[in-house]
Amino acid sequence: MVWFKRKNQGIFTDSKDKKDFPKGLWFKCPKCKTLIPKEEHNANLGVCRNCDYHSRISSKKYFSLLFDNGEYIVINEKLTSKDPLKFSDTKSYTERIKMAKGETKLNEAICTAHGKINNMKIAIASMNFEFIGGSISSAVGEKIYRIIQFCIRKKIPLMIISKSGGARMMESAFSLMQLAKTSAQLSLLSEQKIPYISLLTDPTFGGATASFSMLGDINIAEPDALIGFAGPRVIKETIGKDLPEGFQKSEFLLEKGFLDFVVHRKNLKNKISNFIKLVYYSKKEFKGRK
Amino acid sequence: MEYLDFEHPIKELKEQLDKTVSIGKETNTDVSELTKELNSKIHSLKKKLYSNLTPWQIVQLSRHPERPYTLDYINALCDDNFIEIHGDRNFKDDKAMVGGWCSIDNQTYMIIGQQKGKNTKTRKYRNFGMANPEGYRKALRLMKMAEKFNHPIITLIDTPGAYPGIEAESRGQGEAIARNIYEMINLSVPVISFIIGEGASGGALGIGVADKVFMLENTWYSVISPESCSSILWRNWDNKEKAAESLKLTPKNMLKNKLIDGIIKEPLGGAHQKPEVVFKNVKDCLNINVKKLHSLSSKKRIMERIEKFSKMGVFQD
Ligand SMILES: [Zn+2]
Repeated sequence: MVWFKRKNQGIFTDSKDKKDFPKGLWFKCPKCKTLIPKEEHNANLGVCRNCDYHSRISSKKYFSLLFDNGEYIVINEKLTSKDPLKFSDTKSYTERIKMAKGETKLNEAICTAHGKINNMKIAIASMNFEFIGGSISSAVGEKIYRIIQFCIRKKIPLMIISKSGGARMMESAFSLMQLAKTSAQLSLLSEQKIPYISLLTDPTFGGATASFSMLGDINIAEPDALIGFAGPRVIKETIGKDLPEGFQKSEFLLEKGFLDFVVHRKNLKNKISNFIKLVYYSKKEFKGRK
Repeated sequence: MEYLDFEHPIKELKEQLDKTVSIGKETNTDVSELTKELNSKIHSLKKKLYSNLTPWQIVQLSRHPERPYTLDYINALCDDNFIEIHGDRNFKDDKAMVGGWCSIDNQTYMIIGQQKGKNTKTRKYRNFGMANPEGYRKALRLMKMAEKFNHPIITLIDTPGAYPGIEAESRGQGEAIARNIYEMINLSVPVISFIIGEGASGGALGIGVADKVFMLENTWYSVISPESCSSILWRNWDNKEKAAESLKLTPKNMLKNKLIDGIIKEPLGGAHQKPEVVFKNVKDCLNINVKKLHSLSSKKRIMERIEKFSKMGVFQD
């Protein structure tokens, strides 16, 4: 699992900067340093109005952005992690889970919901980076498993929005096996000819990249997102060299052939709806599927 | 013989023994009583030491430089007819991942595994058993060939991880592993995996989605190496013992957590002490299990494979 420092998160500001302007009211773009009223920045879907920098946004925001009229049904909301290995480092894992829940008001590193997108049914699983780095626990695996089962039963397309440091170390091999568990379900979804869209956002690493995030019928990403298998720090340490400019960014992956397109947040809904309409929902009007 | 740090008490006794024998020869004295005593001391020390290995000591043994590697297994197991197959047909031949056709007790197999080197030169040549994307794609090509000709697949897992490098990322290390996991789930032929050394994370699972997964006694399987875990969680490398403990990466823990299907016995002190014993144990396990798997239809096998991995995990609903 790859850990990212908080200061890279965009919405959070260094304590040094906090003195310069009222706390919590302003967003300072980490890329172009422009100060934007937080309300305005939020209204702009968390995208910098000056340079198009995409801030990390919550699952809730993705849901309200994508589902028609912001209406959707969350499923398996209560499903959460256990501590099967009684793992403890500087803190016990049980304590970490409790803290993450308290801080984020979330139960797990992923939320799953279904609703309509431009009047077409879709299910969306969206990862929560703020919950232990969006790491993949058994519970995350189970929630993905269940949303895929739901898609198969209801015959509706799936979208997963990845934002993950990778596997959850504190669940060790249990976490690792979620790669097989989720990929297995995706293969069943594929067998039913139901589309799966993988949206990779900043950051997507490790176990996510090595399973569901890279297995979409289309893999797409937000601009400038950091995406990879090994974290930049590990690579730098291994090769003992600085990494090239733009390495592991969305645009780099697009160029290397691992993404289908990079999409601005404001165009996301229409791109998705266009895709599922073309490949899936258009057939229905003629003769139905199969 | 190379000794690991915790094996030094054995080394000392062995040295005493050697000295005693040579003194006996030089001075023409009967030292048989003394050597007998030393031998039995060594034996009981070994028994004591190796039957209570800590997880970190198991990790150390899994990396023992004299441990048999993938090609040693292939040479020992197969009926002297191994045909090595090279390349991913796309970029290059990855030397950290080897594979090919062979028969074992007259049953044809595709056998694939990560390969480590035995000295400085070959270690580098094999990239320390860390495959690049082309290694995983080569493995997948071989597995697909096995499926085409309807022969079972053996994978031998021994890797400190998939290689973390600029080129590896540029060629899609994550995608390559994801693709393998995805494709392995649906292979129509039996797949049996053996962890013969290190089973580190996605780099291991990339050839490890099997009907049956067995771990040798002195091997480990985890989402991360104890060293990396220590450096991330404790911000230093000094907690690797504690990390090895916490990660529950030993065969016993893995079996208890129902994440593997069985454990294969090693001789006292590790596979390198008597490789022929380990080869035989692996072969016996293989023969039994391939027969069982062959008795199922491919549809049933795939269904059971999916179910097995889908059941893995502990959560609260
Ligand atoms: Zn900006």
